[in-house]
Amino acid sequence: MFRSRLAQDLTKLMIGLIVVGLVLFPVYWMANASFQPRIALLAATPSWFPLPPIIEGYQNALVSQGGSLLTSCFVACTSAILALAIATPCAYGLVIFKMRFTTFFIFVLLLVQMIPNVVMANALYTIFARAGWLNTYQSLILSDASLSVPFAILLLRAFMVSVPKTLTEAALVDGAGYWGAFFRVVLPLSRNGIITAGLFSFLFAWSDFLYALTMSTKQKIVPITLSIYQFIGTHGTDWTSVMATAVMASIPPIVLLLMGQRYITAGLMGGAVKE
Amino acid sequence: MLAIESVKAPDASRVRRKMTWKRRLIPFTFTGPAIIFLVAMFGYPLFYNVQMSLQHVTVGTFLTGIAPFVGLDNYTDLLSDPLFIASLQRTAVFTVFSIIGQMSIGMGLALFFWRAFPFSTAMRALMLVPWLLPLVVSATIFRWIFDLDAGILNYVMEQLNLIQQPIPWITSVDYAMPATIITNIWVGIPFSMAVFYSGLQSLPREVLEAAHLDGATPWQRFWRVIFPMLAPLTGVVFTLSVTYTVKVFDLIYILTAGGPANATQTLATYAYQLSFRNLDWGHGAAIGNILIVISLGFAFFYLRSFKKSLAAEDA
Repeated sequence: MFRSRLAQDLTKLMIGLIVVGLVLFPVYWMANASFQPRIALLAATPSWFPLPPIIEGYQNALVSQGGSLLTSCFVACTSAILALAIATPCAYGLVIFKMRFTTFFIFVLLLVQMIPNVVMANALYTIFARAGWLNTYQSLILSDASLSVPFAILLLRAFMVSVPKTLTEAALVDGAGYWGAFFRVVLPLSRNGIITAGLFSFLFAWSDFLYALTMSTKQKIVPITLSIYQFIGTHGTDWTSVMATAVMASIPPIVLLLMGQRYITAGLMGGAVKE
Repeated sequence: MLAIESVKAPDASRVRRKMTWKRRLIPFTFTGPAIIFLVAMFGYPLFYNVQMSLQHVTVGTFLTGIAPFVGLDNYTDLLSDPLFIASLQRTAVFTVFSIIGQMSIGMGLALFFWRAFPFSTAMRALMLVPWLLPLVVSATIFRWIFDLDAGILNYVMEQLNLIQQPIPWITSVDYAMPATIITNIWVGIPFSMAVFYSGLQSLPREVLEAAHLDGATPWQRFWRVIFPMLAPLTGVVFTLSVTYTVKVFDLIYILTAGGPANATQTLATYAYQLSFRNLDWGHGAAIGNILIVISLGFAFFYLRSFKKSLAAEDA
């Protein structure tokens, strides 16, 4: 019995390794290419391992893309903070106040997430163009925040539903007021939810390509996603540098995954479907 | 909350009226900023988009502000535009094949990881990576994998004697669509795997054991027991995947930019091309609104299931 269980586990482990290897192969292939010399990448036979690793691609990438990485960091952080500042009080408001429009409001939040970005880009571009806001940080930050605000409200609401009502009521009786209860009781207790929502808001903004593509018409504000795209266009065959840039653009998401795996799986369903 | 109101008994009626007036405003100090944001960033743009779709908007409009009202002309133009009809068909093909691939592979992987084995948790976590990568990165990786001369896919297929000539994956009219679908399936696998996995975890063990004891084969157990019990969840994954897939833009734009010869032009990329390349905002907005209608049509089913879970929460 014990032996067959062990054998079963080992078979599954082997198959599992093959499956994970296949699924993650493209990611490995990116990393591999980023450490290869340019000539090796154009050879008839691919080299499977980056030995010895060459960091030339990263040097090129840092020189030409470093600024874009900083731009992306700034835009993604700012828009995540903005999204949290808007979404957190709203989520709490939806939980504690029985308002007539609550259900309707939640439906709207679900629906707006399904609107294709390309439609929003179409409208936002023309609106921002008229306001003279193209090529400004505020237009990009606001647009990126719109990717995460509805999601963050739903997610935080799902977290805050489980904050015991007695605790907030105790704070109210102590004369803290609703905002006092919010800051002293609800925020600390919803820490996990806020981290999750913040992680995702950052990721959404970091990964945005369409708003950057449409609203940055003058090469003034170029986030890393747009930068990679332009880089392929101009250095089409320098796959080493292209892949080094792609690796650098993937580092924040992968670090966030390693740091906050339990938060990520919690956020996967967007707080929309209860398990 | 009612109890608190009676504790703070107001002494004069005027104070009381002021209190309740203030009290009524408190909820909006919480929800107000979000409502304003949503109206500004969704409500107004959507209204504006409908307005644009009823106008003849050109480059000149940005300078002069003149955009003549043309009624539904933009929409009727589209119906007689062969490129629009073809984009609609291609969107359907792209969506159907992407979803079949994502959901079947996702379900298969979820079943594989269902019963824990050594390192299975770590492996499942790693499988989420494709989902977290920026789409720009995923599309760039696949451009490299699909490369005609140096791409690994052609190399492996040639070594296995599956093909004699390298396939021009993203530069040929015949293969560009399959290539974008493959890429999109890869991006979407983690989501359906994770959702199906959590669904499988919640299945009642007794039923499955009973089926096992009754001598049902694994195949029967899946189709007769597991699949019917997961049907509602499958519906949710299906709907979310449809609304996600019809709007895919980044991936197609970076892989093929809708080409070659419009072979991968979907509604999303066509709308972009009309607005931002041809500077024909009216028609671009009209396609956008059609896309919204398609997405929301599918979303309707999802919302029905969500309404049930909201009702359950209140109870």
